[in-house]
Amino acid sequence: MNAPGRSFTVRELGVIDYSEALELQAHLISQRREATIPDTILLLEHPHVITLGSSSNYEHVLLDESELEKRGIKLFEVGRGGDVTYHGPGQLVVYPILDLKPDRKDLHRYLRDLEDVLIKVARSFGVQANRDPSGTGVFTELGKLGAIGVRVSSGWITSHGIALNVSTKLDFFETIIPCGIRDRGVSSLERELGVPVCMAEVKECMADSFRQVFSS
Amino acid sequence: MPQMGESIAEGTVSKWLKQAGDTVERDEPILEISTDKVDAEIPAPSAGILVEVMVDEGQTVEVGTVVALIDPEGIASIDTKPEETQKPNLPSGPEEVPELKDPVTPSLVATQSSDVGQSAEERLRSRSTPVVRKIAAEHGIDLADVVGSGHAGRVTKQDIVAFMESSGVTGSDADASGISAAPARDSIQIQSETSSFWDFFYKEVQHPEYPVRPADQVEGMDKMRRLTAEHMVVAKRVAPHVHSFIEIDFSVIDRIRTLSRSRWEAQNARVSYTAFVAWAVSRVLRDFPMVNSAVSGNNVIYRGNVNLGMAVDLDPGLIVPVVHDADHLGLVGIGNKIVDLAGRARARKLMPDEIQGATFTITNPGVLGTVVGLPVIPKGTSAILGIGSIEKRVVVVTDQQTETDVVAIRKRSLFSLGYDHRIVDGADAARFLSALKEMLESFPEDA
Repeated sequence: MNAPGRSFTVRELGVIDYSEALELQAHLISQRREATIPDTILLLEHPHVITLGSSSNYEHVLLDESELEKRGIKLFEVGRGGDVTYHGPGQLVVYPILDLKPDRKDLHRYLRDLEDVLIKVARSFGVQANRDPSGTGVFTELGKLGAIGVRVSSGWITSHGIALNVSTKLDFFETIIPCGIRDRGVSSLERELGVPVCMAEVKECMADSFRQVFSS
Repeated sequence: MPQMGESIAEGTVSKWLKQAGDTVERDEPILEISTDKVDAEIPAPSAGILVEVMVDEGQTVEVGTVVALIDPEGIASIDTKPEETQKPNLPSGPEEVPELKDPVTPSLVATQSSDVGQSAEERLRSRSTPVVRKIAAEHGIDLADVVGSGHAGRVTKQDIVAFMESSGVTGSDADASGISAAPARDSIQIQSETSSFWDFFYKEVQHPEYPVRPADQVEGMDKMRRLTAEHMVVAKRVAPHVHSFIEIDFSVIDRIRTLSRSRWEAQNARVSYTAFVAWAVSRVLRDFPMVNSAVSGNNVIYRGNVNLGMAVDLDPGLIVPVVHDADHLGLVGIGNKIVDLAGRARARKLMPDEIQGATFTITNPGVLGTVVGLPVIPKGTSAILGIGSIEKRVVVVTDQQTETDVVAIRKRSLFSLGYDHRIVDGADAARFLSALKEMLESFPEDA
């Protein structure tokens, strides 16, 4: 149908604690459900944290609790889809709080759209990222560049979302088996390009790509 | 398990937010499911008391599986909904929950869409492999009796062999007696339980298997192919098909197309020949309710809407998106809608609602050059129109001024109507086709 061009509020939160972001999302979900706010996109970074989605396997966390604590990594079990993942400085995390009802009552389509957003962002930095039949997310030759884990609350309101490695210190991923996939590494825009990448530019590009993908 | 997206076939119940005995409000989340990389809350389709939870946490079930029962009577005094009192098929009592595609509207008004509402038999079949089904058939074993140890409860070959051993059916016994024993058992069942025979007849589709030759390649049918195959078998098995033909002259339509071309281009409108046919069909159908109906048990359901299914070739594959309430759309509206649906069908971006609820179908084998087709009537409807190739033909016409017969070149097409003779008689079909011909050959310029 003629999808009305979505308009988004983009909120940049800087570096924000995982638990704080959870609370904020819960709050925004109910506001979005009551239509007191428009579709909203949160752009942020988290301090070191490992999160376990609903299909997580604890065996995919390779360090025990004391070792995690020593390294300053917190562990959260959260109500999003997917397996274990790592968030930390240098990784752009995007939490879209969208109402999918008008034009996107299809979870797979939403996932594919998020992949599209990631692919577009990567492409605008000259990095060719692709989907992979082995799972959700986007990948380069070197490994997984962007991860996806989503929750859809009653009323087709989304939360959680995507994580794009911009300048993430990738050795933190060695503490887990990301998404339970053993045989593929992880990558970042910086690793792909071999030069520093400006986070602010990536954020701008991210917001643009969202507008493009979700207005079609 | 509700349909949460076109390509989603199953979901895992990750958490029950409500327990049996709890009162639930309409739209209140009652469970969480996870599928792929998404967790989703499933709201109650109606208010009531959650009387039974039928799928445990951690279990993966296919779309369409009943996961819980809500008894709306529990709060009937507070919230009486008219539609709940006239359910045709259910005993008054627990209501099936979450409904398939649309949790809010009770969809017991039979949908004829193909990819929802798997019957128990279909589920059973998808929980086994062809080999297992073959063993089961040969030995007269009901797969429902066999506990499956495979993924999502699939019955594996080991399971069925173990079942046969434990129940005393050994391989050699079965080989010796199976061929005669199995049919005997079937016929007893049919005699004692006629209804199960009809269940089988109307729902179960089992495709015969053939030996594979060395150079062959064997591939499983994908979901779309499998659903199409089953749909076609049932459609042909149930409805006595008859086909009638009529030749349509497109001269008037061609003239309108030429006159309107620049205006339509300015509006970015796309009005194909098919759009003209769909417009005319939607108007003519109003006068022929039996052609826009469905035989249901001993009743005929005359459809209150004109929803035109438009067969789209996906090469490979076939899907039939639906132009809902086509009789309320203008010519340009129908044209744009068809382009939109066909485009999104090919991009695999149709919403579930958009492939449901057709009351009449149009297929267009002519676009690929076929002179005429004998289309299969989609189950749950009473007719389908096939548009043959539209091409210039030499015809004899009468010159109106001189009243002499002359040879002329005219753009024409053979239309075929496939109809269910249980409800549409040959004369009905002929009258329908004549009315359609008249409409198309004197097409109103203001449509």
